[in-house]
Amino acid sequence: MIKRSAEPLLWMLFSAGGVVAALVLPMLLFLFGVAFPLGWLTPPPVTHLAAVIGHPFTRLTLIIVCTLSFFHAAHRFRYTLYDGLQIKHLNEVIALLCYGSAIVGSAASAYLLVTF
Amino acid sequence: MAQIAEHYTEYHPRWLRPHISTYWWLRKRSYFAFILREITSLFVAWSAVFLLLIVDAVRGGPAEYGAFLDWARQPWVIAVNAGSLLLVGFHAVTWFNLAPQALVVRLGHTHVPGSLISASNYAAWVVVSVIVGWILIGYGPQR
Repeated sequence: MIKRSAEPLLWMLFSAGGVVAALVLPMLLFLFGVAFPLGWLTPPPVTHLAAVIGHPFTRLTLIIVCTLSFFHAAHRFRYTLYDGLQIKHLNEVIALLCYGSAIVGSAASAYLLVTF
Repeated sequence: MAQIAEHYTEYHPRWLRPHISTYWWLRKRSYFAFILREITSLFVAWSAVFLLLIVDAVRGGPAEYGAFLDWARQPWVIAVNAGSLLLVGFHAVTWFNLAPQALVVRLGHTHVPGSLISASNYAAWVVVSVIVGWILIGYGPQR
């Protein structure tokens, strides 16, 4: 199923995703997840956000951020299940579920942003 | 396996397979921190999903965006996002602290010290966060 030769690529996606997620996600989570809902800051009007997301550079950036974050998460979670729960016998099923979800998530982000 | 072990004979090799509890990571603080760091993956994934929910709401227009903001104001959603912020922040800190191990930079004959590599990662974090914040809320008067 998952061939050995895919491992270097998966580790690369994991690393790149780790960097991107660390740099970009905390601020976005702070604003949209905490500061706007609690009324600490006023959320931007929809017209402003539409203009920001409408820019091709933003859309490309968001596709990259989402795709790499999904693959980072899938790869790390796969190894968490191996080490933490010691369920090595389900190796292939776990890999399929983890990377499968990452592929679905990436496709969804590409679809959403390309057709924005 | 257990049955074989019971029929122990003089020349039979003894099994040396220490049993490790599923909860081994609760025994030590450092083990727990390791598992906590690993678990950040779920919250990174959630953050990306949340980002896509924002994009989808904006795409739907003012009504859908308003509904999204209302949904995000529910206590349980705030709790999930606040927890995610903590754990994604933990991911960022552990990631930047480990960066010197993954990245060895040479300048001429000298290695750039690890602390400088970590520091540059933190600096990049600040720069990116300021840019994101500026794009989202620092756009000045209402357009």
